[in-house]
Amino acid sequence: MMTPMDFLLLVRGPLFVVAVAIFMLGFGIRLVEILMLGRARNFAEPRGSAMLGGFRTVYRRFSPDPGTFERAPFDVVIGILWHVGFIVALFLFIPHVELIRKTFGIAWPALPNPMIDAIAVITLLALFAALVQRLRDPVKRFLSTPQDYLVWTLTFLPLLTGYLAYHRMINPYPLILGLHILSVEIFLIVAPFTKLTHMVTAFVARWYNGATFGRKGVQS
Amino acid sequence: MTLGETLERNGISRRGFLKFCVTTASLMALPPTAATAIAEALASARRPSVIWLSFQECTGCTESLTRSFAPTLENLILETISLDYHHTLQAAAGEAAELAREQAMHANEGKYLLVVDGSLPGPGSNPGYSTIAGISNLQMLEETVAGAAAVVAVGTCAAFGGLPVADPNPTGAVPVSAVVRDKPVINVSGCPPLPMVITGVLAHYLTFGKLPELDEYGRPLAFFGQSIHDRCYRRPFYDKGRFAETFDDEGAKKGWCLYRLGCKGPMAYNACATMKWNGGTSWPIESGHPCLGCSEPDFWDAGGFYKALSVPTGNIGGTAAVAGLAGVAAGAVGGYLSGRAKKDARTAHRQVTADELEQKL
Repeated sequence: MMTPMDFLLLVRGPLFVVAVAIFMLGFGIRLVEILMLGRARNFAEPRGSAMLGGFRTVYRRFSPDPGTFERAPFDVVIGILWHVGFIVALFLFIPHVELIRKTFGIAWPALPNPMIDAIAVITLLALFAALVQRLRDPVKRFLSTPQDYLVWTLTFLPLLTGYLAYHRMINPYPLILGLHILSVEIFLIVAPFTKLTHMVTAFVARWYNGATFGRKGVQS
Repeated sequence: MTLGETLERNGISRRGFLKFCVTTASLMALPPTAATAIAEALASARRPSVIWLSFQECTGCTESLTRSFAPTLENLILETISLDYHHTLQAAAGEAAELAREQAMHANEGKYLLVVDGSLPGPGSNPGYSTIAGISNLQMLEETVAGAAAVVAVGTCAAFGGLPVADPNPTGAVPVSAVVRDKPVINVSGCPPLPMVITGVLAHYLTFGKLPELDEYGRPLAFFGQSIHDRCYRRPFYDKGRFAETFDDEGAKKGWCLYRLGCKGPMAYNACATMKWNGGTSWPIESGHPCLGCSEPDFWDAGGFYKALSVPTGNIGGTAAVAGLAGVAAGAVGGYLSGRAKKDARTAHRQVTADELEQKL
């Protein structure tokens, strides 16, 4: 019979290696395939720097354009809120920084735990609000596919299990810590094959848009 | 002789005794009024018969419990129970010792407490790994548990298997709870457990006639209800992200958190942080060493004593690099193949006129 500690060791050890391998393999394939699609050569004389224009747009698209905000303030605010919360909880929580430090040898200062705790709650609430909105808005509901709900669940679960583990709301502790790591592993495995690829491709797409405009010497 | 009389004879004042009862009550999170109940029950209690079986263990638990901090009330409580069989402590040896066990079993049928320390070779493994007077551990446990009121598994070996169960478990060891199914088993884990925990459990049993409230692992919640991490005096440093990186750096000298040095405080449930050791002198983290999580199941195999709890045990960096490169290679091959297919389609493309299409129809 598998004990909670066996489970924790399984997800901390071999399963984590498998998840990271699939994540890297999947993203490697997806990205190189996209980049190798190539584009027809543009013989027109460039009027500006494509590279610079690309990066400028990558940065500029972080702030929503006024029109979008006026039309859908809820989506913009909630969207930014939970994306930022998710990234902060992921990269500025002490045990996470420790994982990165031990794995890749790089580290940065983390935020105090009570702050991460509050951010996690806000993020969970924002994600929940996003789901309610998706279900209540007829247009959004019509446009939603099963994958949208899957991706929402995969994003929600690591936060939820992390919160439960931090507050020890499920016992024994190795069980909830193991479930948290497992939820992250499922996220990593599924990410390259769903719309979660936007965590990388969003920047590729932004750069490409911006590069086109930059080359033409116009602002985007 | 009642327990109260024995204590009196040992020079323990009524005041000292009541103090112990109050401490026990508060430790076990009982209401203050319970102290009186404990005092009354303990003072009038007949010496309860206790049979102590030692199996695959190192005697560290017995050392902890009997030499806690002499002369303490805990110690006297232990001495005051009728410890009818304990082959480390008793004077008798061989057949005489076994006879004492059998006598105690018959005289107190259904009423004695059975204390076990150490794991035992399981039903499927070679019983020869551990025998006492030619009797296998399993047989002795099954015989003795039949007439016991309850079983107290003292130490991590008895509670969860401990060191003998550590990979690859050569003796096929199992904890007490794997064998005893029809009697209440209370796990007092720790390597060794805190002396006060065992006396607390005994006091609770003598006062209320039943075992205290237990957690998921069958441990008394009063002592194992909170994690070391949540009660650690170094916790503010963890919350602020201040860590000792080595055992003798600036952080270690300033008493910062030992999480990076592999402290298992976040997953260890025990009372060390509040009760401390050696009469409240100190405890492992206070002495500058990370908690090993010795009160938890499988602590020997929990991914390394000096590795932080959140750090994966596998080679993640290497795997990520290799898998990433493999992904890039596979993507390049895929991209090349689809590019060639597109090119082939372009070369093979034949212009079709409207006339040709009409002829085909």
